[in-house]
Amino acid sequence: MTDDPVRLYRTVRLIRRFEERAIELVRSGHIVGGIHPYLGQEGIAAGVCAALRGTDLVTGTHRGHGHVLAKGADPARTMAELCGRETGSNRGRGGSMHAADFSIGVLGANAIVGAAGAILTGAVWARRRRGDDVVGATFFGDGAVNEGMLLEAFNLAALWRVPVLFVCENNGYATTMPVQGAVAGTITGRAEAFGMPAAVVDGQDPERVRDATAAAVARMRAGGGPELVEARTYRFDAHHTFEHSVRLDYRPPQEVAAGRERDPVVIQGDRLPEATRRIVDAEVEATLTAAVEFALAGPHPDPAGALDHLYASGLVARTGGG
Amino acid sequence: MPRLSYRKALTRALADELARDSDVFLLGEDIRVAASNVTAGLLKKFGPERVIDTPLSEQAFTSFATGAALAGLRPVIEFQIPSLLFLVFEQIVNHAHKFPLMTGGQCAVPVTYLVPGSGSRTGWAGQHSDHPYSLFAHVGVTTVVPATPADAYGLLVSAIRCDDPVVVFAPAGALEVRADVDDLAPVPLGRGVVRRAGDDVTVVAVGHLVHDALAVAEELTGEVSVEVFDPRTLYPFDVDGLVDSVSRTGRLVVVDDSNRSCGIAAEIITSVLERVRLAAPPRRVTRPDGAVLPFAPALDRAVQPGRDQLTAAIHLCMKDGS
Repeated sequence: MTDDPVRLYRTVRLIRRFEERAIELVRSGHIVGGIHPYLGQEGIAAGVCAALRGTDLVTGTHRGHGHVLAKGADPARTMAELCGRETGSNRGRGGSMHAADFSIGVLGANAIVGAAGAILTGAVWARRRRGDDVVGATFFGDGAVNEGMLLEAFNLAALWRVPVLFVCENNGYATTMPVQGAVAGTITGRAEAFGMPAAVVDGQDPERVRDATAAAVARMRAGGGPELVEARTYRFDAHHTFEHSVRLDYRPPQEVAAGRERDPVVIQGDRLPEATRRIVDAEVEATLTAAVEFALAGPHPDPAGALDHLYASGLVARTGGG
Repeated sequence: MPRLSYRKALTRALADELARDSDVFLLGEDIRVAASNVTAGLLKKFGPERVIDTPLSEQAFTSFATGAALAGLRPVIEFQIPSLLFLVFEQIVNHAHKFPLMTGGQCAVPVTYLVPGSGSRTGWAGQHSDHPYSLFAHVGVTTVVPATPADAYGLLVSAIRCDDPVVVFAPAGALEVRADVDDLAPVPLGRGVVRRAGDDVTVVAVGHLVHDALAVAEELTGEVSVEVFDPRTLYPFDVDGLVDSVSRTGRLVVVDDSNRSCGIAAEIITSVLERVRLAAPPRRVTRPDGAVLPFAPALDRAVQPGRDQLTAAIHLCMKDGS
């Protein structure tokens, strides 16, 4: 698609600025509990989702705003969700780590590391069983590749040939644990052990991620089973915004500086004429200004409804009072 | 009047729901050959697309079912061993149970977890003999423990039709129960039943212990008039139904195959005490605190609630306050 470079840029820029605005809202106290910033990793969500259809399914992680936005979630409702407002995508019941929009195939950010792979595998399997031509992409970090639940999901997906793209965002650290201190063997080797094709891709380049995903998705749509992409990336900011006030000594400053040099927003932006980039930047700013206004204008949920939606069956839980 | 076994009632419920609703499918270990004898004949009738054997990957296939449910299907998982519920507690509680609220009502997770042969099977020792229904009541997952063939059928049908996750414990001690059953029909979740009317004391018995309570009540005829209340569903608990009974008898004894501390008996007693002034302190007969079922049959029996203990508890309760 001719406008693909522009769209990719728009997406990475949107995620970048969304995260920066969200951090401001953390600092101002409008977002409580903090966030896990996706800064630096934008190229992966943008690249993967650019190769998916609107009807395809994805799951994100605790560092999940980028996944949700790249799949097409409304930035305003997503920001309202982070701010805990009734107007949020989850009516303020999920927050940063659980933003979901089932109407666009986002089956939720999932904050238990390694947990979503099996859920997405089941969802894609079920949709295809009903005759829908969908594939799925499930994002997880390098920390997840040592979770048994995810490895079990690799096995089920491969065994039953469920077209799920397992997208490992290898940012080098599981919170503070470096990959080399945690991963025996390799990440792609895990996939290969289950008979899954696996590729390493430069996660800082949105177009490379998109191309690798498109190739995998084409094979999957043609009847192939699951695949894995290990996108090498670098987290520009903290694991969580609490690190902004508590300094944790685990990444050498020179490493952080070097990591930040390969910036997906710059890499993609450099592919556009400056005039185009400026137009996109202005659009993104306008979108996010409106998103923040929408979020902060939204009503806080009524505490009387704190347990709304606990049961889909309509069961009403007993309250906790005396 | 046809004679129906409890186990056969479960099979009938599965067969009827598979026939009624094409979204229902079964998932589990060795269910094609019906190792537990509950899925007997279902593979032949419904085929391998709807009766699916899984690898030994309980965590993955439990979340796979969550995903399939999110996509609109109604999975029923059979667990051969009650202790496997410990292994998948995370998948059920943290995901299946939490998704509807966390997503602000965007989804439902109608999965049924069926455990044929819960509790002691005599000789299966420490890791195959647990009865963890109190855990699911604690976290708020709908939990049923049918005592009779008619309830086994009716509650399993209702569980499958429920839009929330439901755990169905079919106690090993009840699987061989047979009864004349005229009419197989759904049994509403959350509704208890008085199995035997009495005036002096209400005995709440869970699952297979209903039959022990009825036997004890018969033995005490002429001495104590015992009412036996079978809650059938432990969560949500039919507090109103039980309060009706205890308001008449004024005395309460609970017999429950849970470990004592934080077991369902504690919750049942408290829920009654909040609303009824009893004539005597309530009593409970349970497994001991922290029980691990030892292998030798005499030891196994020694830590399960028995008829002698129940008889003694009823006598104590009658003596107190009189």
